Amino acid sequence: MKDSLFGKTLNELTALAIELGLPKFTGKQMAEWLYQKDISKIEEMTNLSKKARELLGSNYEFGLIDSTKVQESVDGTKKYLFPTVHGKFIETAMIPDDDRKTVCVSSQVGCKMGCLFCMTGKQGFQGQLTAGEIVNQIRNIPEWHEVTNIVYMGMGEPFDNLDEVLKSLEILTSEWGFAMSPRRITVSTIGIVPGMMTFLNQSEAHLAVSLHTPFDDERQRLMPVQVAYPLAEVIHEIKSWDFGRQRRISFEYIVFKGLNDSPRHVQELSKLLNGIRCRINLIRFHPIPGTPLEGTDENTLQKFKDELNDKGILTTIRASRGLDIYAACGLLSTKELLG
Amino acid sequence: MPKTEEYKAPHLELHEVIITQNQEISPEVHLISWKRTSDFHPGQVVKISVDTQTAPRIYSISSGNDDSEISVLFNVKEGGHLTPKLAGMIPGMKIWATKPYGSFTDTKKPAWWIATGTGIAPFYSMFRSGMAANKTLIHGVRKLNQFYFEDELEWAMGDRYIRCCSQEESCNVFPGRVTKYLSERNDLPTTINYYLCGKALMVVEVRDLLIAKGVPYQNILAEIYF
Repeated sequence: MKDSLFGKTLNELTALAIELGLPKFTGKQMAEWLYQKDISKIEEMTNLSKKARELLGSNYEFGLIDSTKVQESVDGTKKYLFPTVHGKFIETAMIPDDDRKTVCVSSQVGCKMGCLFCMTGKQGFQGQLTAGEIVNQIRNIPEWHEVTNIVYMGMGEPFDNLDEVLKSLEILTSEWGFAMSPRRITVSTIGIVPGMMTFLNQSEAHLAVSLHTPFDDERQRLMPVQVAYPLAEVIHEIKSWDFGRQRRISFEYIVFKGLNDSPRHVQELSKLLNGIRCRINLIRFHPIPGTPLEGTDENTLQKFKDELNDKGILTTIRASRGLDIYAACGLLSTKELLG
Repeated sequence: MPKTEEYKAPHLELHEVIITQNQEISPEVHLISWKRTSDFHPGQVVKISVDTQTAPRIYSISSGNDDSEISVLFNVKEGGHLTPKLAGMIPGMKIWATKPYGSFTDTKKPAWWIATGTGIAPFYSMFRSGMAANKTLIHGVRKLNQFYFEDELEWAMGDRYIRCCSQEESCNVFPGRVTKYLSERNDLPTTINYYLCGKALMVVEVRDLLIAKGVPYQNILAEIYF
């Protein structure tokens, strides 16, 4: 099986060009064809010499992977199913909203984190995605020219696949790549501290952290990661960081009935997040099979939001999108396709 | 903007330690030890690496809190960046480790410990630390030679040490996976805590099964390898 050009950085493309005896600038030319133009074959890179194209074609493939299934929600959200190079499957959601089109990408096949409320975790972990497979989820959907925002909130924990996620961010934000502003990209983590700190150092994209409760004992039962990376440590690291005025830190908070929606939680959240210029995104829980958890009711949700806002924490309620096609938060899964 | 490029949480800092033992206790499974320099709670983890360039990985401590060494159990992962190197190290060589940390810690109350493979490590640490008196330990493996510390555990825990083997059979060993064993039990206590350690899929499947059998999710604590 040939290696893919798609998913390589400018440095990697330049290095491989030199290795093949091609001019150094061929790397830049390839990057433009790969990430900025509507082609899918090496033969279509028409500003490369015929010999260069033949040489590349005999050693590499272009590397785009087509989706095999698309579902569309009544609200316009689409869910794409992509095969991976190792024969697994991942899901990607495209969420239209007025003049915005947000793509929610996966970073792993399945997930190792085992959060109690998440459908992806129920399939376990089947493998890492390459940077090419991550960026392919944006480049290879019909709406790719209209994409305004990208969120790494699909299947998997991005910072458990840090190198490939950082590489994908480089491709998306570099001038030679998709040239997107990092301010239009948000990477969400459950709090893998070393990965989070490396990401903050090496990328300018926004950060979202899955919080879900400010209390350690509750969080440990919802999210096993709490054992290895306690929330206090995650918050300590975030407080040590100067996010400046442009970069955003937000906290994701799924609101469960009778579990994390009380005034006690409001109080503790305001203490925990004191000093961080942030936003809390409240998320409605989308029940999954066998779960002992329930979503909170709309009145409580609204009251919880208002109380947090009254405490001075900017808090919003995220609209649930693509619920009818299982594209909403926490519902992505390819378990039934596992061999 | 970073506070400093090198900023790291104190407990994540790697310190040089000298290997005192590196034993292959089962095919491709090693127990590596070094002199202990700090206290820990059974169930805690350390990060280790072979140098300061290779990304460290998290391992549960398997030694007891009265032992003079810290030991961890690891599978040699073919093609891995850390474990093949670690497997080749001999006593006297140095590796890098963090101080113990983490909150996967049990109490003296009755509980069930459920592990697969090298997920036995935190429970063996608890066992060696004198916490096994009112515990039931279930260990699931594929092959019979993967019941690490079997003799010691069987002698001390008797019927409260349950072995499940999915690919080989033997007397006193349940034939099948841990999930099969648990699904066939109709007498699971629902008021005690359950501690799970292993790969993600085992943990989520066992957790779902326990919840389906009436165990409140609040009573289930899990540590997942990642």
